[in-house]
Amino acid sequence: MSADGKLKVATVSLAGCFGCHMSLLDMDERIIDLLEHVEFERSPLTDIKRVGRCDIGLIEGGVCNAENVQVLREFRRRCHTLVALGACAVNGGLPAQRNHLDVGQCLQAVYLSRQGLEGGRVPDDPELPLPLDKVHPIHEVVRIDYFLPGCPPSGELIFTFLSDLIRGRSPRLGHPALHYD
Amino acid sequence: MSETARFLLDGAPVPFAEGQTILEAARAAGRYIPHLCWHPDFPPHGSCKLCIVDVGGRHLSACATPAVDGATAASDTPEINAERRALLQMLFVEGNHFCPSCEKSGLCQLQAMASELGMTTPRFNHFYPDRPVDASHPDVLLDFNRCIYCELCVRASRDKDGKSVFALTNRGIHKHLVVNAESGRLGDTDFAADDVAAGICPVGVILRKRVGFAVPIGSRTYDTRPISAVSMDREEP
Ligand code: SF4
Ligand code: SF4
Ligand code: FES
Repeated sequence: MSADGKLKVATVSLAGCFGCHMSLLDMDERIIDLLEHVEFERSPLTDIKRVGRCDIGLIEGGVCNAENVQVLREFRRRCHTLVALGACAVNGGLPAQRNHLDVGQCLQAVYLSRQGLEGGRVPDDPELPLPLDKVHPIHEVVRIDYFLPGCPPSGELIFTFLSDLIRGRSPRLGHPALHYD
Repeated sequence: MSETARFLLDGAPVPFAEGQTILEAARAAGRYIPHLCWHPDFPPHGSCKLCIVDVGGRHLSACATPAVDGATAASDTPEINAERRALLQMLFVEGNHFCPSCEKSGLCQLQAMASELGMTTPRFNHFYPDRPVDASHPDVLLDFNRCIYCELCVRASRDKDGKSVFALTNRGIHKHLVVNAESGRLGDTDFAADDVAAGICPVGVILRKRVGFAVPIGSRTYDTRPISAVSMDREEP
């Protein structure tokens, strides 16, 4: 908790498309209500790069590379409550659609064998995180406290969900709010 | 004349006729018991176990268990629903269910049931199996990634269409759906888009081509009504 009694919330997009973060912003002016109760810590919204002690961590996206795994573990260590936000965090989503393909062949297809790429090479700069052979949902890597499916979950739903968490209630999802598309 | 036979379902009496199963009697009395492999036009199959009810501490398939006078069955309890969620979770991780790109989304019984029973996480590790689609038929696409092995297509094609286009092969974790053609391709069978089997799949495997998005996502059957209500009117969305 911060000095003024607000809950600290960190957010990150791993192997996601930022759609869930857009949806978070899509709660429009209610984000002002939310800011009465929470303070954003590390997040693409604040541009803070390191995650400190937080009450709530929202993870968008699954893990597709070594850096994702490292960041996810760091979130787990620092956040009291960790939430899988959106389809990709919950079950791998779109990025996981490559899972039945060989990652080496994927890279070759994208960087070497397409027309106009003769003489190209697979990027291997040491700064680039190594891709995993499969994309995994985050509950396969760390313990997750809550899951909010949807591609993306609506801003409305995210607001209700966070409001429940802030009040110390377990969010309950059922039909029709709970959907997977 | 003996009085009407009845059993108790979640504390309320359900009358039944000799030979009716727990699920049939409940349904006739307007009471919903979740089910995936059961369909009113076919004999019970008893494979999905979504219809389990607790009778005297035993968990029985309501679709395949005859009703017994004076029995007490529990269906809508936290314990039974947790077991149902676990069964759904296993079905989800064993196939590839990427709902955002599935034509059946909003019309899918597996998805609708998961939503109504509050399944928020697949919980188990995903298998991510490799199951290529079969687009060989001019009017129907087969996406094997979503099969839940209910055998409704097998039964419909054999018993209603007289064609036996589909079969399940292998057992346990290796079980999968096959097409009865030497090539294994749907295009090499006499399957037709107006076969009963073409409209019976509860999930997104057997898909008629060119109509997938006639109704937009968001205004589909289960987007607005829960499966417990839809199922009492008709089985197919
Ligand atoms: S078959 Fe149903 S559960 Fe599977 S991807 Fe399609 S809509 Fe989702
Ligand atoms: S294709 Fe559909 S109807 Fe046939 S067994 Fe699989 S899920 Fe059932
Ligand atoms: S509906 Fe009874 S076992 Fe499937």
